[in-house]
Amino acid sequence: MPLLSQLLQNKKAMVGVVILAFIILVAVFAPFLSEYSPTQRVGRPHQPPSLDHWLGTTRLGHDVFTRLIHGARVSLAVGFGAGLMIALIGTVLGILAGYKGGVIDEVINFFTNLVLVIPNLPLLLVIAAFVGQASPLIIAVILGLTSWAWGVRVTRSETLSIRQRDYVKSAEMLGEPSWRIMAFEIFPNLISIVGINFIGSVIFAVITEATLEFLGLGDPNTVSWGIMLYNAQNASALSVGAWWDLLSPCFALTLLGLSLALINFAIDEVANPRLRTGSMLGRWKRMVRVGEGKL
Amino acid sequence: MNILSVTNLSIDYVGATSVFHAVKNVSFDIAPGEFFGLAGESGCGKSTIAFAISRLHRPPALIRTGSSIEVDGRDVLALDDDELRRFRWREVAMVFQSAMNSLNPVLTIENQFYDVLNTHTGMSRPAARDRAAELLELVDIPTDRLSAYPHQLSGGMRQRIVIAICLALSPKLIIMDEPTTALDVVVQREILQRIDKLRHKLGFSVLFITHDLALMVQVSDRIGIMLEGELVEVNDAQTIYRAPQHDYTRKLWAAMPRLHGAQTAQDAVR
Amino acid sequence: MSDTSPVIALDNVSKIFGKAGAQVYAARSVSFALYPGRTLALVGESGSGKTTAARLIMREYRPDQGRLLFRGTPVEGSSSSDLKLYRRAVQMVFQDPFSSLNPGHTVRYHLERPLRLHQPALKGAARQAAAAELLTRVKLDPALVMPKYPHELSGGQRQRISIARALAVNPEVIIADEPTSMLDVSVRLGILNLLNDMKRQLKLAVLYITHDIATARYVAEDIMVMYAGQIVEWGATESVLSNPQHPYTRLLLSAVPDPDRRFADTSVDDELGDIERIRRQSAIEQSEVRQIAPNHFIRPMPA
Repeated sequence: MPLLSQLLQNKKAMVGVVILAFIILVAVFAPFLSEYSPTQRVGRPHQPPSLDHWLGTTRLGHDVFTRLIHGARVSLAVGFGAGLMIALIGTVLGILAGYKGGVIDEVINFFTNLVLVIPNLPLLLVIAAFVGQASPLIIAVILGLTSWAWGVRVTRSETLSIRQRDYVKSAEMLGEPSWRIMAFEIFPNLISIVGINFIGSVIFAVITEATLEFLGLGDPNTVSWGIMLYNAQNASALSVGAWWDLLSPCFALTLLGLSLALINFAIDEVANPRLRTGSMLGRWKRMVRVGEGKL
Repeated sequence: MNILSVTNLSIDYVGATSVFHAVKNVSFDIAPGEFFGLAGESGCGKSTIAFAISRLHRPPALIRTGSSIEVDGRDVLALDDDELRRFRWREVAMVFQSAMNSLNPVLTIENQFYDVLNTHTGMSRPAARDRAAELLELVDIPTDRLSAYPHQLSGGMRQRIVIAICLALSPKLIIMDEPTTALDVVVQREILQRIDKLRHKLGFSVLFITHDLALMVQVSDRIGIMLEGELVEVNDAQTIYRAPQHDYTRKLWAAMPRLHGAQTAQDAVR
Repeated sequence: MSDTSPVIALDNVSKIFGKAGAQVYAARSVSFALYPGRTLALVGESGSGKTTAARLIMREYRPDQGRLLFRGTPVEGSSSSDLKLYRRAVQMVFQDPFSSLNPGHTVRYHLERPLRLHQPALKGAARQAAAAELLTRVKLDPALVMPKYPHELSGGQRQRISIARALAVNPEVIIADEPTSMLDVSVRLGILNLLNDMKRQLKLAVLYITHDIATARYVAEDIMVMYAGQIVEWGATESVLSNPQHPYTRLLLSAVPDPDRRFADTSVDDELGDIERIRRQSAIEQSEVRQIAPNHFIRPMPA
């Protein structure tokens, strides 16, 4: 597919993919990368980074590095799990509403508006508080079921514009069934929007999960970056000078967010050639500098 | 002295691995008051040349060193930003293909004129209004339209207003890039006839770009034919029509179905 | 004139938009018929109603007055199996070669889908051969073109594939909506010749919609000139073009770029000096029909 090959040539995409792959590999091989257990006291409290403990220890004597790499699993699972649910629901409902129109459109719009109007984070706080100590799975499900509305809107409006195109009319004239038109004529032209929606949703899920746990609504027994932030905050890590306790999960979250954002920019650039700047202009800039031409 | 003097113009589009030569060493002149047509099919480089004269290109376009564009003796490629701003609209004005869509939809017609006149000459509102009325009269549009918004007018009217705005600062050269392609044939005729009359009255030159060779012969003094970045033939209109020198020109004529007389080289309808 | 009966006919069809009091007739009392092996050109400016006529035949719009007939029987109220037959019998070639093919699918997909839908008996190798045969018919090399995506082909090639796709279902009627107006000049004749050849070989009934009258002369035996929803002049192409009687037709013809007549020679064209009046009067509803010749009629313009 032309889109994929272009994506692979894009520098932003490559950097993003490499970082993401690195994080995923670290998460997958976590048990092999550290001999410590993430939940056992293996050192003295708040020890700075050393050869024994690469990122130091927490207030309770746990190894920060071990907790970090095990925590990656939870963050990735929740992020991609919830992100997938959000993107799936959003895309399916969006295409249905946009293509079918009429009553189906009205009904989907009604529910979308309903979910859109309800403020996301407060709703999550209420549900999480109600459930008590929400495990990452519960958080992922809650996120998946409440955050799809924006995606439906975007997908629907793009579907509306694609529906007018001649090749869709041609497929209708040939007698293609509706589901085939939605799946094979419209959807392939939505891939960049769906991709951006998906990755955006993953970023959103990762950050929101961390937020909920940081605020104390998560299950304190899980090992995740959000809980690490929660523990570090409770231990007043920064005030006592144990910066590694707080900054490690911060840095990890930032890195994950960065890699996903780069991939998103790359998809956008590939889908919309007018956004291409930077690396693709390197050659042009060189030629102008040596005086081969001007604008 | 020629109004426009293009010499050895070469323009490339720089890609990551290759360079596309959009315009290859093109040279031509336009005399004061002359109507010059530039014809060719898509991708031949005619629009690229038009953009270059107003320095409207963006990267990755590149005007190669050695190219020269002179308007009324001034080197256009050497102008800095300030001089360019004064140069545009005053010396050279441009009408684009869907120019009727380049009117600001939230400004009334009067405000569009005021925008241009005030920016370039510091004209006051009342003075701008008078000048706008004058210009609208030139293109046969009733002055009550000054308070209308673009969407309230037809495509042909909007195109005429764009032309009127172009004439606002009495430029010496007007470049028109397929100005009537999106319009109906009768409206096209009206607009071009009007431009021709204005040209005789006000004395500006016109660089007219289109793929419609028959239309060009009707209205141009001289015509240049472009093929893949090169100017393959330049001659006066009647010669281009009756005695084309280049194979490509002949091929273009042969590809046009005629309304009267023999259909074309291949008469296929029974 | 052949004595076969028409495949498609519009019988006094009108299409109205807007509410009572501010109604616009996109098509007003339009009647015409399409015969096998003949092309009917529908000529008009934008807003004339020619696109509305195409949409009525494609059943995107329903007539507000009058009937659409397929082989003599009204289409409205047909059984769903008859409607299926109709949908297969009438195919369209679109104006824009860039948007008429799905950018995400190869040429092979575009040709095999209609074959799969309408000739289910063909399987595997037989279907591939049928697709290749379609490409040869439109003068494209199957081996070269089959695996390509639309953006890898030129405008002319894309239009040929559109035509091949339309032919894949063995239609009886082709609606060609400005099929060459977005193509380069040197490529247009090739496409028009192709349409002519297909029409003759396959006995297709073709409706050729255009604003470019000269091409209408090249492909069509019969012609209709539309303005403001009405057909103002119609008949045999040669008759209408060499002896136009309606002022609007004469206006249209005199505005067509003719390299033999410079702008300065406007003394020849009195219509061009009277454009406002001709437009105004031609828009008025006129039900009278006057015959000029055996196959040449006009709706006289009110004075």
